[in-house]
Amino acid sequence: MQNEYIYLILADDDKDDRLFFTDAFSELKINTKVNTFNDGVELMNYLNKEDSLMPNVLFLDLNMPKKTGIECLIEIKANTKMSGIAIVIYSTSASEEDIEKTFVLGANIYIKKPDSFKKLKKVLSEVVSINWQYHTNSLNKDNFLLRL
Amino acid sequence: MKLFLKFDFNTISKKILESKFNELNLEYKIVGFGEVELLKNLTSEEYDALKDSFNDYGIKIVENEKSILVQKIKDALIDMVFNEDTNVNVKSSVYLSEKLGHSYGYLSNLFSEVTYSSIENFMIIQKIEYSKQLLLNTDLTLTEIAFKLNYSSVAHLSTQFKNTTGITPSAFQRIIFKRRDIAQQKTK
Repeated sequence: MQNEYIYLILADDDKDDRLFFTDAFSELKINTKVNTFNDGVELMNYLNKEDSLMPNVLFLDLNMPKKTGIECLIEIKANTKMSGIAIVIYSTSASEEDIEKTFVLGANIYIKKPDSFKKLKKVLSEVVSINWQYHTNSLNKDNFLLRL
Repeated sequence: MKLFLKFDFNTISKKILESKFNELNLEYKIVGFGEVELLKNLTSEEYDALKDSFNDYGIKIVENEKSILVQKIKDALIDMVFNEDTNVNVKSSVYLSEKLGHSYGYLSNLFSEVTYSSIENFMIIQKIEYSKQLLLNTDLTLTEIAFKLNYSSVAHLSTQFKNTTGITPSAFQRIIFKRRDIAQQKTK
């Protein structure tokens, strides 16, 4: 394998959600490295810095102060350096409109935040393992859409 | 005249790595001796190019044997899905163990251990990916695609598509076509 762990970033302004997220991954058997940011501006500062390691998967909350998930998504999609990142929208909303809009803008996965920790773990492990398939099998990322 | 040379292998290796990565336009960080972190993931072409150019200097990218066997399993399965000449009546378990000379049980355990997924799941993903390509790039209907990929019915493909991706084949097609429209408008 080219690298034995998956590097994940979450941008979410909710402290509890960030905590659940890191906890869920520490219990999965897939090797992951997790980094979190409190809002869209912090996230974009990191991604735009020249020597930053690009994540394999980026989880974006839609409703964040200063810069929303949608704004981040648009910026990321316009930047070729970030083209390899699989983008997961991680939101409390499950409106068909939001879902289709973010997919059209280039998101790969849409997750409605689960209401229990057990479900969260299941969903996240599914995301990471399917992303791993795309990554290791050089499948066409442009056709990568998943709704959970 | 005779010269006596003293080599600093660390510096030499570093210089070679630097020049190779720059040549291939890859951003990297040297983590330690014999360990490099790339700032983005390589496509398999880039990976092969890197491997080749390292080879001239006697530098080998360490790959482990299990991963290589898993790659062979994948290649064989992909061949089964995409190559219509491969005999469709042979079960994938029989096909694999005959082709690779190991029992199916061994191959299947190894596969799960390395990829965090099962052979069956891998087959499903490959077939769904292929059907996505066909949906986007050909005029085939879903029924024709189901037939081409040996599904027993269009409903079976449709259900498997929805279960694997969470969206229906027609929603998938609509989203990608919308993306393409937007991309085209930008270039105008």
